Amino acid sequence: MEVLERYEPLVDDFAAFRAACERPLPSVVRVNTIKATVDRAREALAEEGVAFEPTWHDGLLALTEAQPGANWPYVHGWLHGQEEVSAVPAEVLDPDPGERVWDACAAPGSKTTQLAALMDDSGTLVATDSNLGRISALRSNAERLGVTNVAITNEDARNHSLKPFDGAEYDHALVDVPCSCEGTIRKNPDTLDEWTLSHVEGIAGVQKGILRRAVQATRPGGTVVYSTCTFAPEENEAVLDHALETESCELVEFDIPLEHAPGVTQWEEESFDPSVAKAKRIYPHHNDTGGFFCAKLTVGEA
Amino acid sequence: MTGEDSGADPGSATGENQSHRFDRLPATDEERRVEGRPTRAEVLDWWDERFGVDPAVFEEHTFWEHGSGKIWAFAGDTPTPIEIESLGLVFLRTRREHWKPTLEAVQRFGGHATRNVLDLSRREAATFLAGDDQELDWDGDWGYLIVTNELAGEREPLGVGLYVHGELRSQVPKGRRREFREE
Repeated sequence: MEVLERYEPLVDDFAAFRAACERPLPSVVRVNTIKATVDRAREALAEEGVAFEPTWHDGLLALTEAQPGANWPYVHGWLHGQEEVSAVPAEVLDPDPGERVWDACAAPGSKTTQLAALMDDSGTLVATDSNLGRISALRSNAERLGVTNVAITNEDARNHSLKPFDGAEYDHALVDVPCSCEGTIRKNPDTLDEWTLSHVEGIAGVQKGILRRAVQATRPGGTVVYSTCTFAPEENEAVLDHALETESCELVEFDIPLEHAPGVTQWEEESFDPSVAKAKRIYPHHNDTGGFFCAKLTVGEA
Repeated sequence: MTGEDSGADPGSATGENQSHRFDRLPATDEERRVEGRPTRAEVLDWWDERFGVDPAVFEEHTFWEHGSGKIWAFAGDTPTPIEIESLGLVFLRTRREHWKPTLEAVQRFGGHATRNVLDLSRREAATFLAGDDQELDWDGDWGYLIVTNELAGEREPLGVGLYVHGELRSQVPKGRRREFREE
């Protein structure tokens, strides 16, 4: 937990932040609207005697006791276990049915399958991951949830090729990058044991490469959502700052029904483009969730 | 690309299925280039004849072969052939004499079926989901059936069963099995 001390200058109520990081999180499920309506999924859970509570989002239900996978609606593919804040970026991207969307770091597929549902399982959702083992989890989740609009590629997202798809650009891209995962500490208390600044700096280089590729692969006027589950400005605002400097894109305002803080424009010796304040930092004590970072960009003319 | 866009079979160069890539199914027999590869028309007819699923249900979907006799359904279209990891969901196996839909295809599209659908009680569904065979009465055809379970007041497709000799043989793949039977 000492790692988290570095964020004391950023966090409004640091004691509450520390306390929240030590509490476990409840199991949350997302209703898979490809197979069932939210009302029917609630009815099926109630029939099973599975207790649930509402969350910030109508389609996300917090299970107060049960495990997400041990009930009939789950085996019918009506439900998917997904943490509350992890459902934020797909909602922010908000793709429409029939569009072309890229999920740059897709496995194990919680956000991919959520995007597919938002697209009514139509259009084309290209889902990329660099790790074949994780792709097998992604495939299994997508199939269990009945997703048919996903095309999965195995490659480094920094070098994502549009060739198999005849060069077609995307309307939207989701860049939910691998990160130091500090925000998942409530789920994985060991997360910070391996934390080093050099890992943060190394992975930030990868994140910059992926975000740049996503901006390049998205059509002018399209949108890119960048998200992480870390508090580190090196992996958040600094990555956005780099994309603003090197690619044709800008940050835009957006709303979410969750308490949050703005992106930081200053960290240690560095200052960032003032527009990174449009990004949102969700701390665990804000809404009693995991930690999260999310930004929305629009793509300009190349 | 015109030949491919019209549904012609691009496996023509070698005349056999190549397992590292996805090939769109030819629309009809005339366009078939790979021996034994099913056509889109055959796939639509099979779902219609076996389960009464209206071909219009699949209007927006394209069908692909990846792996011999392994047919995938993709919502929309993309250039063919395509070399990627996965395209839509595995939908149907056509290698053997009797074609077999996947559990995932049945859960996704089986709600449109009007025949060869076997409704199970909750207790029977639990036996089926555990992967166990059971003796059941069924007046209809033998062979692969769509098995349903009641959920939130309606019949919902759960998986594929093989009905022979008075017995329903669960085809739930190992990774999808669950033990929900109460003692």
